[in-house]
Amino acid sequence: MDRLDHVMIAFSVLLMVWVLASLRRAHIRVEYSVSWLAAALVLFVIFEWPSGQRWLAQALGLEDAHLAVLTIAGAVFLAVLYRLSLILSRLKDLNIAVMQRVAILEFRLQAMEKTHNGQ
Amino acid sequence: MSEPRLLILIPAFNEEGAVGGVVAEVRQVMPGAPILVVDDCSEDSTAAVARLSGADVLPLPAHLGLGGCVQAGYRLAFELGYDFVIRVDGDGQHDPRYIPKILETLKRENCEMVIGSRFADGGGEHSGLLRRLGIAFFRVMLRPILGKPVHDPTSGFVGVNRTALALFSKSFPLEYPEIEALVVLQRKRFRFIEVPCRMRPRRAGRSTITALRSLYYPVHVLLGVFVNVLKFEGRRK
Repeated sequence: MDRLDHVMIAFSVLLMVWVLASLRRAHIRVEYSVSWLAAALVLFVIFEWPSGQRWLAQALGLEDAHLAVLTIAGAVFLAVLYRLSLILSRLKDLNIAVMQRVAILEFRLQAMEKTHNGQ
Repeated sequence: MSEPRLLILIPAFNEEGAVGGVVAEVRQVMPGAPILVVDDCSEDSTAAVARLSGADVLPLPAHLGLGGCVQAGYRLAFELGYDFVIRVDGDGQHDPRYIPKILETLKRENCEMVIGSRFADGGGEHSGLLRRLGIAFFRVMLRPILGKPVHDPTSGFVGVNRTALALFSKSFPLEYPEIEALVVLQRKRFRFIEVPCRMRPRRAGRSTITALRSLYYPVHVLLGVFVNVLKFEGRRK
């Protein structure tokens, strides 16, 4: 194991602790924490297991085991980020629909109140 | 048979300097027609000025952008049973004297949308070079998609009938909506007609399309058009 392995193991442990702490404080919902915990766990296992790194490098046709792992880690994080973009897009659409509905209901309620008060 | 009901819809964001004049002008041209100002969570006193001018105000609780703002107005108009909605921007660029012409064309031609076009009679004197270039580009691009020429695809001075209102209250582009809305109409095989109108310089405030956004605008619109073309479904029976 070299320094990069130790750094990445520490990073993956830190990421897991951070996500779990956020979960405990209800700063992140369980369904969104799963992607990050899984990504951190995959990183941890790969850097903890050097023969696995060499196997991955061979499978990807790369000579450098670290480069292979970082390539896969990059791809995993991109996938997680894309999933978050999908969630954000859906939330934005929902927010707009809710805002419009709230405004329309408020408008109609005020109109009814005016009619009721005979204004 | 009862007279078809018309609503004048004015989307506004930070237009306190212009919206009062627009409402007054509309009132002069169309006395008795209800006017709805949709205030897109302005930071100034747009809503108060619009109310003082005699318009009804639909205040949005958060800033939704032009498309979300216009769609909120369309949704309310549809729920309240209006037959026609004519949109006039709150910055004073659209001359309300053309509202009767747009309404008459909507009724006479029985089309789903009428666009007040600054180029239909070769005008367009109040448009900058960049905007003219952009419009020229989108004209060429939209011609094969729409199956007919459109002179002013970025005009927001539009009237719609109840059929288009039903569609737009459910599905309306949320940012830079004018061009995409044409493609949404085309997806349903709805018809639009352009009528020549004069546009004026904005009376107050600033355009939301800044220099940086004007670079992003064509990319966003192109992608939106492309996605809408992919969604083509023909006219439902």
